[in-house]
Amino acid sequence: MVATSSSTAAASRAAKLMKRRSRVRFYEIIVWIAAIAAFFVLPSKMLILTEIAILALFAVSLDLVLGFAGIVSLGHTAFFGLGAYIAGLVALHYVAEPVVGLLVAGIGAGLLGFVTSFLILRGSDLTRLMTTLGIGLMMAEMANQMAWLTGGADGLSGFSLGPILGLFEFDLFGKTGYVYCLVVLFVGTMLMRRLAFSPFGLSLKAIKANPMRAGMIAIPARKRIVTVYTIAAVFAGMAGALLAQTTSFVSPDVLAFHRSADVLLVLTIGGTGYLYGGIFGAVLFTLVKDWLSIVTPQYWMFYIGLILVVLVLVGRDRLARWVEYLPERLSKSKEEGR
Amino acid sequence: MITRRTLMTVAGFAFSAVVALPATAQEVVKIGLVLPMTGPFASTGRQVEAGVKAYIALNGESVAGKKIEVVLRDDAGVADQTRRIAQELVVNDGVKLLMGFGLTPLAMSVAPVLNQAKVPAIITSATTSAIMPQSQYFVRTSMAGPQSAVPVATWAVQNNLKRVVTLVSDYGPGIDIEKGFTNQFKKDGGTIVEAVRVPLANPDFAPFLQRVRDSKPDAVFVFVPSGVGSLFMKQFVERGLAEAGIKLIGTGDITDDDLLNGIGPAAKGVITGHFYSALHDSPENKAFVEQMKKANKGMRPNFMSVGGYDAMHLAYESLKKTNGATDGAKLVDVMKGMSWTSPRGPITIDPDTRDIVQDIYMREVKEVNGELYNVEFATYPKIKDPNAAAK
Repeated sequence: MVATSSSTAAASRAAKLMKRRSRVRFYEIIVWIAAIAAFFVLPSKMLILTEIAILALFAVSLDLVLGFAGIVSLGHTAFFGLGAYIAGLVALHYVAEPVVGLLVAGIGAGLLGFVTSFLILRGSDLTRLMTTLGIGLMMAEMANQMAWLTGGADGLSGFSLGPILGLFEFDLFGKTGYVYCLVVLFVGTMLMRRLAFSPFGLSLKAIKANPMRAGMIAIPARKRIVTVYTIAAVFAGMAGALLAQTTSFVSPDVLAFHRSADVLLVLTIGGTGYLYGGIFGAVLFTLVKDWLSIVTPQYWMFYIGLILVVLVLVGRDRLARWVEYLPERLSKSKEEGR
Repeated sequence: MITRRTLMTVAGFAFSAVVALPATAQEVVKIGLVLPMTGPFASTGRQVEAGVKAYIALNGESVAGKKIEVVLRDDAGVADQTRRIAQELVVNDGVKLLMGFGLTPLAMSVAPVLNQAKVPAIITSATTSAIMPQSQYFVRTSMAGPQSAVPVATWAVQNNLKRVVTLVSDYGPGIDIEKGFTNQFKKDGGTIVEAVRVPLANPDFAPFLQRVRDSKPDAVFVFVPSGVGSLFMKQFVERGLAEAGIKLIGTGDITDDDLLNGIGPAAKGVITGHFYSALHDSPENKAFVEQMKKANKGMRPNFMSVGGYDAMHLAYESLKKTNGATDGAKLVDVMKGMSWTSPRGPITIDPDTRDIVQDIYMREVKEVNGELYNVEFATYPKIKDPNAAAK
């Protein structure tokens, strides 16, 4: 909150600003309509849509830390992977019902996020990069070594999921899986959106811009970072759980470094700081990757690299800012700026 | 203005509407080949694909009145990709038979798809014993667990190498092979001095080799994935283990035909046990090697490509037996117990485990016509997966 004086004018101005920030944008509606329409229009593409939904949730959770709090993380997959393993283990040993596994995975990943968040309070971007990377690598090696629990390099297999809430069975075409992931993505995004566009989110942006100044206007930077990092970890863990549940398999690859890199890439493509960048980026990244790897199974990596170089040359900002050119809102009233 | 922007967003989604080709024509049977074509295991994918193509080149594109179409897809060695691709191939492309799977987790991940879709999958590369029980639809043409290690143990004891250190990569196949070798070796009266496991991700063998040297065994038994074999050989020489009188024995992965010439003279005299050598003396193998070299700029086939070749053979023969019917359960049924002479020698699909039963050869690396080859000097016939047999 910027309003510091008690004058009612300032207060109402601040309230207006908050309202404007949190207004439902035009593209948001489009995204969800398109996602629902895809279910009916593209029945043969359920699996890749599922993959997109999972990657999107993962990317949106990273945007919360990166785009709002300004923490560059190369180890976000630690939470993703932990969530995947927890969901797998829950299904294997305890409950086959997926929602329970999803929630447990979220809580587990959140706990790890909370504990490790204290490590990222210190230092600058580079130290954070290294710390998060280190946590990711440690988790990967732990999963590899604890073969009695995780199946080691062979991966965790042999579990199957029951019907969701006892009602909806997973099918071979992946329809149930898609709807399930989409619902979780929607709920997750809405919750994160609520958070990101609240005064809390605004204070995060202040911390991102200048932590010292943020402190001087009485924003408890450390507390805020711990909170947001934990919340992001919860959703990343849930994304991992979705992957484990829709594939009924967990490979040690869920903790691999390339996943952290991929999700950063997704945000680079989609743009940071408005949450939907994760969704746009995930759609684009997955489709291009899939298309190229069908066209040329041997050399598609080359073209992905080429596209990325071009993207960066064109300018990341320009790329991410296209969203700003979209119509702002659905409401007709053209409100004045600040 | 609004409509144009809107259109652009919508177009983004419409982009995904690459329509899956419907209704496979009656006489085409599609085979999905899922391999790591990029990433650290790309060489596996390359070899298997070449093996599959060599078979088609030698045996024609149609069998039992059906045209065979191979759909190659890359999973980059990532398990959830393998699973998605396999599922898409089955659901969207109408693939009747899956093939490939470079690593154990990749094969494991498709098991639920096979069980649900009732589509057979022929494993051309992954070797761990644990894969086969995951699905009734798995059939294997690569190698069954520590198959190649068992004869090496027997041979070592017979040739007075009674104190041995084992050194394996620390992952599923490595542990399988360590177990297989150790069990047989102890049974035959040998002593394992030390069992060393090397991390898979960080292949610096120097400290481990020093440990081996310090424990002064008669020989060191080695299994590392074929790609890092050459690095291992180099460090083995550098550490002076050969001068210390320690013999190097192992499975054929360290003297992979594809890489052997690159390793150089250091490899000479290494004794390995394996199921395939490019120098195997048979008309089947001559034709195979010739075709491989012709189609791939002189590339020498290795044990991976022969797995792909035999997978195609199995597919062709089973389609012949079913008269072109592609029912999954039926295909697996006719595959069971099938025997034929592969470029590697005689092989059989075990009717109980759907796993491969094959001869294991003891080979020594020698120079033949200016090139290094694994020269076979002894045969241990009809070896089954020792892990499955124990159950």
